Formats: sequence, C-alpha cells, structure tokens
Amino acid sequence: MKLRLLLCLVFLVNLQSKAQEYFPKNDGVKNPQTNHTVFKNAKIHVSPQEIIESGSFVVKDGKISTIGKSVNEPANSIVIDLQGKEVYPSFIDLYSSFGIKEPKEVEGGNGQPQYEASREGYYWNDHIRPETEAVAAFNYDEKAATSLHKAGFSVVNTHVPDGIIRGTGMLVALNPDGTEGDRILKDRSAQYLSLDKSKLSRQSYPTSTMGAMALIRQTYLDAEWYGKGKSENKDLALEALNRNKNLTQIFATDNLLDALRAGKLGNEFSVDYVILGDGKEYQRLQEIKEIGSTFIVPLNFPDAYDVEDPFMAEHVTLEEMKTWNQAPANLKMLAENNIPFTITTHDLDVEKDFRNNLLKAVKYGLSKEDALAALTTTPAKILGEENRLGTLKEGAWANFIITSGDYFDKETSVYENWIQGKKAVITEMKTTDITGTYTLKVDGKDYELKITGKPEAPKASVKSGDTKLGAKLSFSNNWMNLLLSSADTTKTGFTRLVAKTDENTEDISGTAYLSDGSETSFSAVKNSSAEITETTEEEEENGEKDDDKEEEIREIMPVSFPNKAYGFSEMPKEETILFQNATVWTNEEEGIIENTDVLVKDGKISRIGENLKAGNARVIDATGKHLTSGIIDEHSHIAASAINEAGHNSTAEVSMEDVVDPTDMNIYRNLAGGVTTVQLLHGSANPIGGRSAILRLKWGENAEDLIFENSPKFIKFALGENVKQSNWGSRSRFPQTRMGVEQVFTDYFTRAREYEEARKNDKDFRKDLEMETLVEILNSERFVSAHSYIQSEINMLMKVAESFDFRINTFTHILEGYKVADKMKEHGAGGSTFSDWWAYKYEVNDAIPFNAPIMHSQGIVTAINSDDAEMSRRLNQEAAKSVKYGGVSEEDAWKFVTLNPAKLLHIDDRVGSIKTGKDADLVLWSDNPLSIYAKAEKTLIQGKVFFDIEKDKKLREEIQQQRSALITQMLQAKNKGLRTQPVTKKEEQNIHCNLLEEIH
Amino acid sequence: MKYLVILALFTCIGNSFAQQTPASKQTEAVTIVGATAHLGNGEVIENSLIIFEDGKITQVMDATATKMQYRGRIIEAEGKHVYPGFIAPNATLGLVEIDAVRATDDEDEIGSMLPHIRSLIAYNAESKIVESMRPNGVLMGQIVPRGGRISGTSSIVQFDAWNWEDAVIKEDDGLHINWPSSFTRGRWWAGEDPGIKVSDDYQDEILKLEEFFASAKAYLKGSKEKTNLAYDAMQNVFTGDKRVYVHVDGKKEILDVIEFKKDQKLEHLVIVGGYEAHKTIQDLKENNIPVLVQRPHDTPNSEDHDYDFPYKLAGILHNQGVLVALESSGSMERMNTRNLPFYAGTAGAYGLGKEEALKLITSNTAKILGIDNMLGTLEKGKTATLFISEGDALDMRGNILTHAFIQGRQVSLDTHQTELYERYMKKYDSASK
Repeated sequence: MKLRLLLCLVFLVNLQSKAQEYFPKNDGVKNPQTNHTVFKNAKIHVSPQEIIESGSFVVKDGKISTIGKSVNEPANSIVIDLQGKEVYPSFIDLYSSFGIKEPKEVEGGNGQPQYEASREGYYWNDHIRPETEAVAAFNYDEKAATSLHKAGFSVVNTHVPDGIIRGTGMLVALNPDGTEGDRILKDRSAQYLSLDKSKLSRQSYPTSTMGAMALIRQTYLDAEWYGKGKSENKDLALEALNRNKNLTQIFATDNLLDALRAGKLGNEFSVDYVILGDGKEYQRLQEIKEIGSTFIVPLNFPDAYDVEDPFMAEHVTLEEMKTWNQAPANLKMLAENNIPFTITTHDLDVEKDFRNNLLKAVKYGLSKEDALAALTTTPAKILGEENRLGTLKEGAWANFIITSGDYFDKETSVYENWIQGKKAVITEMKTTDITGTYTLKVDGKDYELKITGKPEAPKASVKSGDTKLGAKLSFSNNWMNLLLSSADTTKTGFTRLVAKTDENTEDISGTAYLSDGSETSFSAVKNSSAEITETTEEEEENGEKDDDKEEEIREIMPVSFPNKAYGFSEMPKEETILFQNATVWTNEEEGIIENTDVLVKDGKISRIGENLKAGNARVIDATGKHLTSGIIDEHSHIAASAINEAGHNSTAEVSMEDVVDPTDMNIYRNLAGGVTTVQLLHGSANPIGGRSAILRLKWGENAEDLIFENSPKFIKFALGENVKQSNWGSRSRFPQTRMGVEQVFTDYFTRAREYEEARKNDKDFRKDLEMETLVEILNSERFVSAHSYIQSEINMLMKVAESFDFRINTFTHILEGYKVADKMKEHGAGGSTFSDWWAYKYEVNDAIPFNAPIMHSQGIVTAINSDDAEMSRRLNQEAAKSVKYGGVSEEDAWKFVTLNPAKLLHIDDRVGSIKTGKDADLVLWSDNPLSIYAKAEKTLIQGKVFFDIEKDKKLREEIQQQRSALITQMLQAKNKGLRTQPVTKKEEQNIHCNLLEEIH
Repeated sequence: MKYLVILALFTCIGNSFAQQTPASKQTEAVTIVGATAHLGNGEVIENSLIIFEDGKITQVMDATATKMQYRGRIIEAEGKHVYPGFIAPNATLGLVEIDAVRATDDEDEIGSMLPHIRSLIAYNAESKIVESMRPNGVLMGQIVPRGGRISGTSSIVQFDAWNWEDAVIKEDDGLHINWPSSFTRGRWWAGEDPGIKVSDDYQDEILKLEEFFASAKAYLKGSKEKTNLAYDAMQNVFTGDKRVYVHVDGKKEILDVIEFKKDQKLEHLVIVGGYEAHKTIQDLKENNIPVLVQRPHDTPNSEDHDYDFPYKLAGILHNQGVLVALESSGSMERMNTRNLPFYAGTAGAYGLGKEEALKLITSNTAKILGIDNMLGTLEKGKTATLFISEGDALDMRGNILTHAFIQGRQVSLDTHQTELYERYMKKYDSASK
C-alpha cells in the first residue's frame, strides 16, 4: 500500500515538473528536443482487454502524453500514419540475465572438497549472495537487445543468475538509442533465489536439493535474528537480505518438483514467491494452483524425437513423448485453471523460437488476451509498474510494437519496436508487397515470374515455357535485385535485374544487365496475386524449414498421474471390498487362518471372520490365495530426488520429506511386489545424516500426500567405511576413522545439550535447525535409524546414546548384529538387516545370512530391508530366506517384512497386521507369500487398490497404443520438416547404500 | 612400522581364510533311496533310486519298480528331493573376494583384445564366497574375466577343490566378447551432455573386432615367425573347441552378432545377457544360437517396460524354442550367485513351471557350455555331482541341503558363515543356561 502511494506521488510529480538537463556538453551546442511524435489511424491494443479500433497517440519525452480515438496534434509534431496497422504494448520479461556476463565456475582444490566459505564478512555459506546487485554487473548488450526487439520485448528484469540467494535484479528498458541512465528503470527491482549453488565458490554445502532448502530456511531465520542486532560479527549478506525483504521475490526452478518445493518454502515463511517454472506445470495443476504463486513460464517446447530408426525409438520413454505432445498446451491449461502466469524468453532461442512458440501456444488454445496479459500487464503488476509499463496509457512509457495486423497471425509482420520513444526497426514498414505472378520481359524474351512469401522476404521462381531458370531474389528498401541463371546446359549465363519498386503501380520495371555485359531495360507486368501459403519448390531446395512449415494441430494426450507409463488417468478410489475365503496371515494372535473373509471399508479393515455378509462390497474370491498386510521396507531410497547431503559431517537440518519424488517408477514396481510403506532414508555420507520420510506408496498422488500422516520422526545416522570416506578420494573431512566417528556424535550431542539449555533463557535465541533436530533426539522425540556394520561401532553408538540418556531405535544394515545381539537387546535397539548381502566391502566380511534369525532368537525386533529398488520388490522372498538360513518359522519370517518394520517405525498401531480397525494396507497373493512362486495380485493402501495385476495388463496395452500414436505424430512432424532432436537413452539407476560411487 | 602394519593385516586376512577342507575321492558307492529325483531334463521320478560309484552315476530309476540291490552307503531320503548340481555360467567367483578392496580384485585386465587372458589361473579355489555356493546347491561355475572388447578365456570349475588344477572341469572353454554398444555416454569433461546417446563409433568397433579375427586367422595359417600370444589364443576358437560368448543386449546388436557368427563361421556362439533377445527369436533359432539370460532379479531397463519383464524373459525365449540358461552377472554378482536357484524359481513362476525352470540351471546350461556329456542331469554315466534338499530347491523355503556330492565326493556344507552362526549361537545358548 505504501509503495503504491509513493508511486502515485512520483507519477504526479513527473507530470507537473519539467525534467531539467544537467549534463555538460563539449562536442557542440545543446540540442534540446521538444517535438511530439503522433501516431495515428492505428488499431491500438491499449491493454489485453481494451482496443481502440482506429486511434491515435502522442509521444513526448519517451512517454505517451495523450491517447484516444482522436488526439490534438501539437504544431511541433512528427506525424506517422499507421493506417491499416496495429499497435501493441511491447513485452516484459521478468526472468532474464540480459547484459550480465555468465559467472565462470571457479576451479581448484585438487579434487578435495572445500567445506568452509571463501569469503569473510559475509554469511557462512558462499551460496547465499543477497548482496549481489545486477547493476554492478550490467552492460547493455546490443546484440541480445536486437534479438529481444525482434521478439517484441521492451523491458527485461535482469539479474546475476548464480547462487541460491542471488541478490537483486534490475529493471531495464531496451532503449536502442539511450544511455544506461535512460534504460535503468529500477536498480533494485526484485530479489532472485534458486536451489542451485553459486559457480563462484567450491564450498561443498549444500550438495543436494534438500540441503539447499534447509540452507534457505536457516538463512531466513538467521536474517531475522541478525536484524535484532544479536550478532557479534558483521554479516553483509544477512544485512543485504534484510534490505531486500520487501522486494518482489523471484524463485527460479528448472523442474516441476522443484517448483512445488519452492512453493512449499514460500508458504512456510509466508513469502509470496513468483516462481520460474519449466513449462510442465500442466502435469500438476492442482498443486500449482494451491501454491497461489504467479508462475513465470518458458515457451521451451521440446522438439519431436527423431524416431525414424525404430531401434532408437525404443529408447524414448512414453513420458518424453507425452511431454513433447502436451507441452504446447501448458499455458492454455494454466489459464483455464486461473493460475496467474507471465511468459519468459528463458531457456529458448529468442529470435528463432519465441514468436513461433507463442503462436503455437495460442493455436493450442491459449487466448490471445491471456497471452498478451502474460507478456504485458501481469509482469508490470508484479513489478509494481502497472502505470508505467505493459499498457498504452497516458504517462506510461512509449513502449510498443507496430505490426501489419493481428500479432497472433503467422503472416503478420512486426515492423517496429518503440522503447522509451526510440525506434528499433524490425522490418521496413514501407515495404511494397511485390508478391504475385508477373510476365517478365527481358531482352525480347517472355518469362513467367512468380514471387511468393512474406512481403519483406519474398522469393522468386522463373520459368521460360516449361523450363525452369535459376532465380535468386533479394529485396530491401524497395530495391529489387533478381539474379537469373540461364537454363543453357553448356555454360551458365547470368542476367541481373535491378529495379526500384513503386507503391503506386503493381508492375515493375528497371534495368537488366545481360550475361554479355550489356545493359537493357526490362519490365514485369503483374497478372495475379500469389497464394501465399503455397511453398515454392525453391524453398524446399534451399532446405528452409522450421519457420515456414505449418504444423498440424496434434491431438493432445490426456495427462496421467504421474504423467508417464503406468500413470493413472483416474486416481484409485476408496472401495468397500470383501475378500472371501482367503488364507489370512494376520500377524496377530490368530496366526495364519484359512478360509477367512476380510471386509475392507472406509479405508480400514472392518471385519475379519467366516462367511461375512458382502452388503454392497465388491466381492473378491480369494480361494486358494493368501491375504497379508502390506510389506514395509525399513530402508529404502526410492521415490527421492536426492539421497545424500554430503556437504557437512552432520546434516540433521535436512529432511527427505523435502525431496520426495512421487513420479519414480520404482513406486509402481514396489506396489507390484506388495510393498505399501517405505522409510525413505537419507544416505550414509555423514555420521549424522538427514531426517527420514515415511511414505505410503500411493502411486499417482503428489509428494506431500505420499508422506505417512503424523509420521513418527526419524533420522539417519551412519557409521563405518562410508562416513569415514574409506572407499573414495576425500581425505580432508573429519572423521577419517571410527575413533573420529564417536567424537562427532559426542561433540554434536554436547553442543545440542548446551543449545537446549541456552534456548530456555533467551527469547531472541538464534534458532538452529540442526540443533533443534538433535535436541529432539536427546529428548527421544525423534528416533534414530543407524547404518552400521561391525560390532565395535554398534557397541560404540549404543554407549554414546546411553551416555546422553537416549536409545538408538533401529540399527539398519547391522550385519554384525548377531555378534552383539545381547547388548542390543539390553539397550532396546531393533535390527533391520539384509537377508544375504555380504562381501561388497571390508566391513561386511563377517556378514552372514543367519543374522536376522540370530537377532530374532535373542528377542530383538528384527526386520529385513532392501536398500535397493530391485530387491524391495521381492522382500517377501528375502524374508523367506530366514526360513532357509536359521529355520525361522514362516509366520515369524513374514513379520520380518511387515509387522516388525512397522514396530521399528512406530506405526504398528496403524499398519503391519490384519486386525480390525487398522488401515486396509493389504496384499492379495497368488500363493504362500514366502514362496518364490507367489505373485502380488492386488495391493491396497487405505482401502484403495493401487496395484491390480489385471489392471496392469490394461495399462501395458495403453502404453503400447499411446507410444505408437505418439511415434506416428513425431514421424509426421519430421515429415513436415520440423526440427527434431536425437534420441538419448535413459539409465535406470538403482540407488542403495553399498555402491561405492554413490555413498548411500 | 608401515611394513609391520601390512604384515599384521596380511596375517589377519590369512587367518580368516579358513576354507572347508575339500572332500577326498569317492571310494564307496552311495545309494540314495526314496527321494523325488528331479533329473534336470524335465523328468521327475517320485520315489527314486540313485546309485553312484567312482564319481559316476550308475543308476537312476524308480525305486518301486526295481528289486535292485542297494550298494555301499545308503541314504534314506524319503520326502526329500535330489537335483543335479546347479551350474553358474558367466560368473566371476574366485576372481574377487571383497569388491571394495582393490587388492582382492582380479577380474578385469587392462587392454582391449585379450583372448590370451585366462581366468583359470587366477581362480581362488579357497574363496570364502565360492564355498558359500555349496549350501544352496550351486556346485559348478564358468569363471569369466570381465572388461575389454575380448575380455579373455573362461574355464569351467567345480566348487570343492584344493587348487585351480583340481577344480577344473573344462579348461579354457570359452572366449568372451563384449559386443560394442550402439550407444555411448557423452563426455561431460568435454562439455558434452553426460547422458547416453547414439554412438558414432559402433561400426568402427565392430570393424576392429572383425579385423582382429581376420588377423588372427591369417597369422595362424602362416609360419608364426614371431609368436603372437593373443592370436595363438584364438586357435581353438577357429577349430570350434573354444565356444564364443558374446555379451550383448540390444536387438540391433544381436542381429549384428548373428551376422558376425555367419561371417566368421563360428559353430558355437552364445548370447550372454540378451535383454532384447525376445525380439530376435526367429533369427536365434535359425542360427542355432542359445542365450544365457541375465538374472531375473533385476529391474527393467526402461520405465515403459513390464515390471516383470526380467522375470519372464527366459520363459518367453524357452517357450518359443530358444535354448536358454540363466546367468547371474551384475551388481554384487559374486555373493548373489548363490541365489541362482531362486532366479530359476522366479522364471518358473513367470511362464515356465518348476521342471522346465530347473533346466535353466542344469541341463540347458550344460548343453550351452558343452559339458552335457558329463553334467547337467541325473542320468546313468554322468558325473555324480548332485545334492539332496529338504524341499523344492528352487524355493527359499525348500532349498535346505542335507547332502551335496561333487564327482561322487560328499562335500562340506559348512562355510565361514555357518561357523560364525554356530559360534555365536553357542555363545548365546551358554549364556542363557
């Protein structure tokens, strides 16, 4: 409100006072300009909603002084008649790095990571750079400006695109004749952020998306605290951040999940980010809408894949094909859902693709008004510049384009782009349209001359009877040069024709320079106008593609959830289901009971018994089949965009909940293996890792909805070879030995105790997210899952925990748990282990497949986990190995992957067994679930069927149909001569703790 | 001081290599009575009588239909199951002990055309990983070097031996070629996209391979004025005594391999891996090419593929008449090779049925490796390499071995791992008393 008022005042002051010139001049006399420029008889698009069919406006001092149906023409006016032409406000790009040199990546370090900041007097992390100012790095870039002029842009909001908090951008008019003094509209126009690190520092932290998010949170907290004057040291970065607080905040992302994450951060701190998206917003419209942010959307539509070679085509995924197919409809869908957006030239070749793609978006249903608003009024409003930019009204900057007609008509030429009253010529406005068919007379011979194409870029073909001559036409400033090469096969003769066209006559006459050097006159008499759309043979010969090729509007594939193979077109609904006559593995006192019915209702297990009444339930005959509770994987790394924050040896401040990837195909594959819940753990790159996310594998839902409701809080710890970085190059990070590992824990927990104590007495205490998490652990409010292998370190961690009076909830991997099972039992720890993995590194040399059975025999709550996207879909088989190795009963072995992990995760009150009132997370198996021959036929989560082996068959057919339809579309696109991109192959990467190169 | 540490470490490792003592030669006949015999060729004898002497099977028959005299030691095995010993082809057992400890890694020699590199002499018969195969019924393997275009020459060994000479079943049985890929990874350090893209070098790489074969052939025909070890190692390839194993996955590549087989007139060529072999079934059959299918416990290569594709690939090929066996290469392959029976079980669940699936790790494997005259089935005259299991050996719950024999010798089913199990159970048991 205050800002608006201030702007209003400035505006008024501007009207009343004359600007005073104060620069000395030494190269001549002063040259004051008081003339007016009057544009008249144009169709004026004042704003996206308001059009003056035939109107005029006056420009003075770079601004529009009057506008209307008719205006007073001051005597000292230059008048430009725009009869038949249209005028639009020119465009504004909110996300630009125009005029900013791309920061160069710093080198050094000899392969060793850098853990500390490079700068002093600033924040502890180099990637927080709010003090950066675009103004200091700005140089007007004429070449880039010319491209932007052609695309219709007059103003860009540019910034230094580097770092997580990037500092301030500036608003620049692309005035072709002005000075920086004219061009800079605002020197601190917005603050920019991203999740990507600065290239100007090698500081490791953060190495991950979740680290970047945690860093932003901590920085916000620190800035607030610093603002209270509590810091003893000077921090120029935090000061700048506080200074920038009231600016527009623009958050740059490069994928949809990150855009949603930015939205989440914004909501946490009540910052209304304007979010740069990646053009795939349509895939999650509901979530995008809920964020409530304005999106800056690029027009980076992917090219069709070159699928001519069927072998190569195999490697294009359905997701990639669908994205190609759907991307042009993105803006239409955003508009339909009333999601505010602006359009950016970011991530595309402005000159080549901007207008083409904008027109394509309109062709795919974006209204012209919405398109215009996204380029003019909406960005102006976000910048608080709606009175000066984006519309053609009195007092606004004279920033407009002049076109030959409707801007959104492909044939329309853009003539001029005026910025601050200065003109950039795009195409000559006075160009005579010479297209048509002529009878050409040269040197006594008659030819047929055909001129086609756009008036400013015509093309010619010449025939003598049926013989075609070589013809090359150039046409500028109404001078025509036509080069004819004769059809004579023995030697090529050239005839050059030169003429100045005259707008008063349709015929052309001029001078011909014959191949023998003589001059004569020629004439061309017009017979008819040419059909413009027809492509001449010459065009094809010259291989002139893309721009002129008309692409048919293709059928847009429906979005599925997720938008890839096996995605649901409709999300599963909660059902009332009666499983009849199943063998039910209850995991309760009842044990395994045969010929039993289970009724699922309202997402819960409603009744268990014999001959239950079906009522309105869907009845599933489970005769000969086995019904169990869903498999729970205590140790998983699926459904994640990042695994390790390796930048510090403790990263308790990061959370896997920030980086859930609901589109990971492994979710679906796990469902097909009967898995319903997983603990998504941080990796094992550091002793104190990140917080866990406990997920329900609700394929198709969004990241937030995958998170188990009221999840108990967990964190990953790690011990041994990975945290001491034994198996790769780094030698500089503490700890490098198991001795050091103990000290890391002791140190951090000591600090956490002190922190907790200090927090009690100081209301302005600096909130530290890492310490807050550690305090939760000390107070047994957050549970530890500790990656561990050998007995010494297992013992050590229990002793450390005991000395701080808390307990290790779970040892995960725990391959030597069998050696200290008695101690674990006494401590109260559970064990979640592999069935039979060993020998992949030195610390698993004594790992044995009898580990789970031994721990179980000593009364430890024992689970078998996967840590691997392949194994997790066969956890039933891994459990069965405990029957083979160690002779565990089938009933107990089954609990290793269901009830016991539920207990370890403290969710056994809701899942893990078949008991009335528990969540209906169920799996129907074709056979005894521990059998190698068992297949999961149906997997339910909270009463919704997320996997059904019959539906899977239909999905497979659908995938084939969609693939072949899209391949046909892409072949058509290629046939039309449209640009294509080569096929690249995707790698399926399985992430787990034990591949050395991945440190998980 | 440093040396002392190394010495100490060495002694430490040395001590922990306590391998089970190999069994001595069979001196007494063994008769197994009453078990369900799974012959490995698809046949089952419910109540069987199996006799073996001097390392050879002398009888396999229905116990109810004979009055034959039992011979030697009698093992009553009612309710149990007898299987021919499982064979793990394309394995690296005994070449690496601990993945992360480079000093224990002997699987991948430098260089490109390495037919002269022989796995056999590096095969560690005392590997703790090798001994862990036996309790699961995996009693033999083909030990294969990795890396390079031609990675080297494999040998087939049995898993109860004092040394590699004792272990060998078939020496230098196969030549292993890693077929070039039509895709390559972008060189990120040269500013390229690190993704996988079409390789410009594919044809060149094939050409290099063809040239190597041509040069070797020419050399072998000549006076061999100067010895060329690599070319010499190709001799048996051209005579047909050394089979050629081509590690390849894509359809296009497989079709190119088939051309290669024809051009080079190779009698025995085997596809290893064969992810897209199901797209070339007719060509494989016409050219008599078997496939060692990659382990079924793997994720599909593309998210568009059926979730169970790796489970069912072997079945698809087998059911359409391609000779198929299962191999276990891939991530953590050595320790996981003991899961070979369960790979077969999975193939059984996905299209094959139990007895057909069993062939994929017994008779078919023996055929593909060219050792079916002596191994792969329970048949009279074959080597007595077999085991008795409490139940279905392709299922984790049933794969509980009571006896295993290699060449008639009853081998230990103890391992480093069972010893640790017993030691610690004893500790806890005595504490609870």
